[in-house]
Amino acid sequence: MIEFHGVSKLYGPVKAIDGIDLTIERGEFVLLIGASGSGKSTLLKMVNRMEAHDAGQILLNGRDIDSFKLRELRLRMGYAIQSVGLFPHWSVARNIATVPRMLGWPAEKISQRVIELLHLFDLDPEIYAKRLPHELSGGQQQRVGVARALAADPDVLLMDEPFGALDPVIRASLQLELKRVHQASGKTIVMVTHDIDEALLLATRIVLLDHGRVVQVGTPLQLLAEPANDFVVDFAGRSDIGIKLLSLQLAQDFSRAEPQQAGPGLPATIATTATLREALSFMALHRIAQVNLADASGAHAGVLHAADIFEKPEARRG
Amino acid sequence: MDDQANFESTGVHGQTPRWSLAQAVSSGLSLAALWALPLLNVAPNRLVSGQPVYFSSLLQGPAWGIAGLLAGLLGLALVRPSPWVLRATLAASTLLIPCLVWLAAIQASQPAQSQSAFARSALGGGFWLACLLLGLAAMDALQRLRAGPWLRLSALLVVVLPVGTMLASGVCDELSIMKEYANRPDVFAEAITRHLQIVGVALGATLALGLPLGWAAHRYARWGQSLFPVLNLVQTIPSIALFGLLMAPLALLAATWPLLARAGISGVGLAPAVMALTLYSLLPVVRGTLAGLAQVPSGVLQAATGMGLSRWQRFWQVEAPLALPVVLGGVRTATIQAIGLAGVTALIGTGGLGAIMFEGLFSSAQDLVLLGVVPMVAMGVLADAFFKLLMAKLVMAHRPA
Repeated sequence: MIEFHGVSKLYGPVKAIDGIDLTIERGEFVLLIGASGSGKSTLLKMVNRMEAHDAGQILLNGRDIDSFKLRELRLRMGYAIQSVGLFPHWSVARNIATVPRMLGWPAEKISQRVIELLHLFDLDPEIYAKRLPHELSGGQQQRVGVARALAADPDVLLMDEPFGALDPVIRASLQLELKRVHQASGKTIVMVTHDIDEALLLATRIVLLDHGRVVQVGTPLQLLAEPANDFVVDFAGRSDIGIKLLSLQLAQDFSRAEPQQAGPGLPATIATTATLREALSFMALHRIAQVNLADASGAHAGVLHAADIFEKPEARRG
Repeated sequence: MDDQANFESTGVHGQTPRWSLAQAVSSGLSLAALWALPLLNVAPNRLVSGQPVYFSSLLQGPAWGIAGLLAGLLGLALVRPSPWVLRATLAASTLLIPCLVWLAAIQASQPAQSQSAFARSALGGGFWLACLLLGLAAMDALQRLRAGPWLRLSALLVVVLPVGTMLASGVCDELSIMKEYANRPDVFAEAITRHLQIVGVALGATLALGLPLGWAAHRYARWGQSLFPVLNLVQTIPSIALFGLLMAPLALLAATWPLLARAGISGVGLAPAVMALTLYSLLPVVRGTLAGLAQVPSGVLQAATGMGLSRWQRFWQVEAPLALPVVLGGVRTATIQAIGLAGVTALIGTGGLGAIMFEGLFSSAQDLVLLGVVPMVAMGVLADAFFKLLMAKLVMAHRPA
């Protein structure tokens, strides 16, 4: 879908982007992560040519992005940024309709799409369509910002720290919402963040950048379990890595097919999606060494032993 | 005064004060002004100084109502300024202005005053000072109420409508300023038209130059920085001196190219006046345009670019509408300034209300001066109200997110 071949960019004598090769497949949710000045934001902006590249080639669906008309390229990509950038003098509906209007969609199709997107982001069109951005909370504004980026059903969604300015609670709920939207729509999403937890939660693949170079590319699990070097370990939070790893693995993958044990079991509400981290937390709270798991219907679905979590993978019993 | 009002309304510790100093001072002083200074000066003709007529000597019948309203205004200043108290203050102070006009007008129409065709009943110092202070009290109340455009408009109408009706219906005809008007209605109408024409042409030229200059100063920041010292310098030149400076080159131009002279360009008259006004008005308009464009949030612009808006679309759909309220602020300043300065241009023969004012000044006819000045002040107030209304509407329509 998007390919970087030996892409570089100079800011004066400094190489902001230094020979990056990267391929992003259709439907991936790729998180570009790194410290300030690592080039993550620059790399994102190169995709819709907000930043030009000095060397190398960037392909969209196999075609050089420089061969597109600028406007055509950008209209094909949704774009959302941290400060939201909603047009303050336009209603929510008009904001979302920005790109469809530029594409010349018929009015009826536009209003249908606006309603659809507001529903998708849990905003009642009756209440919110006619409001102005300043009448919304920060979280609602950001949802409208993402909805606007999705409006014309773009091939690619580019997001530059979209949740950076939100408080942790709203941020977490929006992250889950975005994950849901990604799974439902199958869009290719490229997102910049500096928050490793956000990356671990959302990404199908993480690209860790430092000084304009790719340090490691991999799934969240690979990044934690097989860090390429010390920098990755540091970035992932060194002392926390074990805990973070636990939150990426499902409790049911570690359970033994044993009959129900005495004692408390994981609540059915989180049963099928419970991570090792949640299960371990539950065990620590109730001071037990094993816990009953349940399936979605609440029926018994095996037992998780704390000891199994800490065994080497090859020694694990099914 | 705005800062003072804000300071008082929040109080030192964020509490509402028990009473309002600004209101007490303005209502107290307006009472004192009406007490100590004459409401009217009555003279047998316009050349001799007249006999003062005091408000206190007129205290009978409806005048008691006016006195009561004034006392009530002072009373309102001494209680905690809640929104209702402020609304009552606003109503009383705006209502009192037409009441005073009416009182002075019917007093002037008394047979004793109007027996001779040459007799002059001039509005006295007490009247003018009281009206000024009442206006200040009303503006202070509006400020504290954080009044929206409609309340401001209603307050203006409470003053303008009755006064306008009285002027139109002839109630005020015996006031000396109206007698001066009655002597030269054609000259007056022509002066008003001429004045509006000078201001209009100058503003048109200012906008045609200033808006692009402001945009360029925003777009090319380094160039813009060198523009402002020049515009600031122009503002520091006294207007009379600027007229003088423009007279010589324009006269030379007209003498060199007779075609220009035939097109109306000469050292005196409209051409130098409009040029000078335009030069003065440029600074607020350019500065307003620059400030308006600069305050458009960068995130909004980045989002617009990233979504594929062309430069043109971005400017007209996003930057221009978001900058407009601030730009209008600059245009408002320029307009009010031009209305005043246009009066001075009468000195170089442009005509307008300034011509009436100077005629009065040179012949020591105070009422003639007022006949020129009062409409200028009214134009300024109306222009101010118009722009404030427009800006308030726009800002309400898109407050920054």
